[in-house]
Amino acid sequence: MKTPLRELWTGFRSLLTGMRVTLTQFFKPPVTVPYPYATLPIPERYRGHIELVRDPETGMSLCVACKSCEKACPSGCIVVEGIKREGDKKKSPTVFTVDFTRCSLCGSCVEVCPTEALRFSRRYNLAGTDREAYFLDLLKRLQAQAASTPTPATKA
Amino acid sequence: MTLPEPYRLAAFVLGALAFVGLNAAYLVWVERKGAARFQRRPGPTEVGPEGLLQPIADAIKLLSKQVIVPPGADALLFRLAPAVVMAPALMTFAVLPFGAHLTARPMSVGLLLAVAFGSINVMAILLGGWASRNKYAIISAARVVSQNVAYEIPLLLVVITLLMITGTLDLSEIVRQQAGGFWRWNVFKLWVNPLMPVTFVIFFICLLAETNRAPFDMAEAESELVAGAFTEYAGMGFGVFFMAEYANIVVGCALATALFLGGWQSPFGIGSGVGWFLLKLYLLIFTVVWIRWTFPRTQFYGLLNLSWKILIPISLGTLGLTSVLLKFIRP
Amino acid sequence: MSTSAALADAARAAARAEGRETFVLNLGPQHPATHGVLRLKLTMDGEYIARAEPVCGYIHRMHEKMGENRTWAQFLPNTSRIDYLSAMHYTHAYVAAVERAAQLEVPRRAEFVRVITSELNRISSHLVWFGAFLLDLGGFTPLLYAFDDREKILDLLERITGARLTYCYYRFGGLYNDVDAEFLRGARDFVRYLRPRLDMYRELVTENIIFRKRLEGIGVADAELCRRYGATGPVLRGAGVAYDVRRAEPYAVYPELDFKIPTHPRGDSLARYLVRMEEMEQSLRIIEQALDLIPEGPFRSKVPKVLKLPPGDTCFAVEAARGRFMVRIVSDGRDIPYRVKLRTPSFSNLSLFEEASRGMLLADALAFLGSLDLVIPDIDR
Ligand code: SF4
Ligand code: SF4
Repeated sequence: MKTPLRELWTGFRSLLTGMRVTLTQFFKPPVTVPYPYATLPIPERYRGHIELVRDPETGMSLCVACKSCEKACPSGCIVVEGIKREGDKKKSPTVFTVDFTRCSLCGSCVEVCPTEALRFSRRYNLAGTDREAYFLDLLKRLQAQAASTPTPATKA
Repeated sequence: MTLPEPYRLAAFVLGALAFVGLNAAYLVWVERKGAARFQRRPGPTEVGPEGLLQPIADAIKLLSKQVIVPPGADALLFRLAPAVVMAPALMTFAVLPFGAHLTARPMSVGLLLAVAFGSINVMAILLGGWASRNKYAIISAARVVSQNVAYEIPLLLVVITLLMITGTLDLSEIVRQQAGGFWRWNVFKLWVNPLMPVTFVIFFICLLAETNRAPFDMAEAESELVAGAFTEYAGMGFGVFFMAEYANIVVGCALATALFLGGWQSPFGIGSGVGWFLLKLYLLIFTVVWIRWTFPRTQFYGLLNLSWKILIPISLGTLGLTSVLLKFIRP
Repeated sequence: MSTSAALADAARAAARAEGRETFVLNLGPQHPATHGVLRLKLTMDGEYIARAEPVCGYIHRMHEKMGENRTWAQFLPNTSRIDYLSAMHYTHAYVAAVERAAQLEVPRRAEFVRVITSELNRISSHLVWFGAFLLDLGGFTPLLYAFDDREKILDLLERITGARLTYCYYRFGGLYNDVDAEFLRGARDFVRYLRPRLDMYRELVTENIIFRKRLEGIGVADAELCRRYGATGPVLRGAGVAYDVRRAEPYAVYPELDFKIPTHPRGDSLARYLVRMEEMEQSLRIIEQALDLIPEGPFRSKVPKVLKLPPGDTCFAVEAARGRFMVRIVSDGRDIPYRVKLRTPSFSNLSLFEEASRGMLLADALAFLGSLDLVIPDIDR
């Protein structure tokens, strides 16, 4: 008789303990962030889609169109074409597109680039209604960035 | 103050409908907000301040959805089930004593009526589940029936215990007997039966089981049976089941308040009124929400074991104890 | 078709011979309890299961085949997508297999970072399982608490790897980039933060009578059954066998660290639950020690640009969150693998379900399924 009663009591007490735990949580503030009214800081190393890095002096891309990234990419989503322009020592890209629908954000391309011309962007809120939005033209993106935040060289 | 019969009826129908509608809508809001707070989230915030208009938005959404009757289902029973689930809950409101003079129809058999109508609820879920022609729904329907049968027994045993103490089935009379401070409430009538609080706990557990609330939500059991008996219901068909669940909770908690917690009586003996009734009612409802968001679901046979092996023996025990004590202690 | 259909027919015939009717309940591939696209074809006798046949393949992505048409390095991103909840362990196994084959040195600092991040990943994986398991049992709130804790791990790992789930952080011969002091401090803080939370879970869940009653004696998978089906990880340890790859085939710097292998002899769902909960505590201990011991130094050794492995056959196993994960790579001397074989724990752990679930109630079987901690892409890979 005694043991079942004790069991009953410990069982019941465990229920009360559980209720105490949730009640203490009840009076604590929420832990969530009310996105989109507030956002979290995006860490330095965040891996968004890739983008081209500007040469701080010329404001142009550092890319020399060597196609290493194109070869390294496991998903084959980078296309680079380049020519050697008059008077330039190196080649420069004429086409640089990324098919973001296939990119796995692995970072192989960033790693292999000999001139450190690629980096991850910190764009995270990517949403779109059509596929075309994810065929990224990185050269255009670079130009847009140059227009909005001029480097010393382009300003002069 | 007694109104002539037709007015009284109209007042009741309007009042009960408004009360149930409002409660069902805003208990959903309370449930969601409560759940959110227990889980350290803000809950609905978008529609209206603090999400207060959310129930209205939900209602519009549910109303604008098509009611789909699955092919092969029994269309009549399928449509009937939501009506059957809602009606008894509304009927019970007729006898609930909200205040000293605020009862739609004070009846000498009020308690009996409430208990009787309370059991129809299970019929509706059985009908809905059966008519859906869905395997999950049928499993759920079968579960609900055995669950409700099992829990009706301790519930009634507890009610009988209480009847022996009060000697009446009239809910208003039961509340009136508990006047004069919280020590005169039936839960604390320890001199009549030292196990009165246990009786209350049993009543509360049975209430959760009868209304299919977590941790006894065998009917819905969304991680096992998808949505149980309601799997095939869309739009307002589902909405009515949903509302009925909350209406039943209100009825159950109101009964618990009237039977055990002194109804509209104030705990200090002075200043009794409807306010106290509502306060107690909503505290109980909060506890129901609190329990739901704390515990995992019981296993089905665990639930039956709890009823047959624990609750029924204990409630029989308290019944016996009460009768013995009443026999010898009362002059 | 043939054998499985024949077995299902046999189960039905046996039931009919005893005068019972059976019906087929199709659970999944879209069902709240299967957490992914697993399908269970249940032959039911009332609420009892006469036979449960797992049907997998709905999320088969041919990872093994993909390995055969890309370079050694290009397969790296795949490794964190096989079992997305323990991405670090899977990358670790693959990277270490290649390192073993190519005889690459790994700097000590990198080894320590691998251990720390792997253990953090193990905790985050167990937390997801904990929450999802409670969800299977109908308890919602612990899920949100667990996700709150897990969020802290994800934030930490995102800080150093840049990703929250598919980290792809280890590289042949080391790491993608070094960890900073902030991360090490954060990891230490996290250890301090999680301990009281685990106590809270004990009060809220482990000691809860409803919870215990639902799991005790449910879904017994004893050591013999585990051995026959090759079940590993917490499933095997829950059957009382102290088998842990970190001890059985020591790798990284685990031999230098002091930790226990939690076991429970009963083999039921509760035993598996307790094993995982204790594993989280042990992981915290490992992280603490590793944080004390981590040396300064390079995080990556020199690796040739175009990696070509000598012809041969190499295996490497790690203890992933769900059990023993093994990579076998066969090289024919080119820069592309000849064969990449992945031995995933969930597949073996699922296979014992069919036998062990016979005669169980539906709700019990789902509790049992949850206690196996399956990740469906890990089964199908
Ligand atoms: S991140 Fe990886 S997948 Fe994406 S473009 Fe670069 S190499 Fe290709
Ligand atoms: S690897 Fe670098 S330099 Fe070469 S094409 Fe790509 S971005 Fe340009």
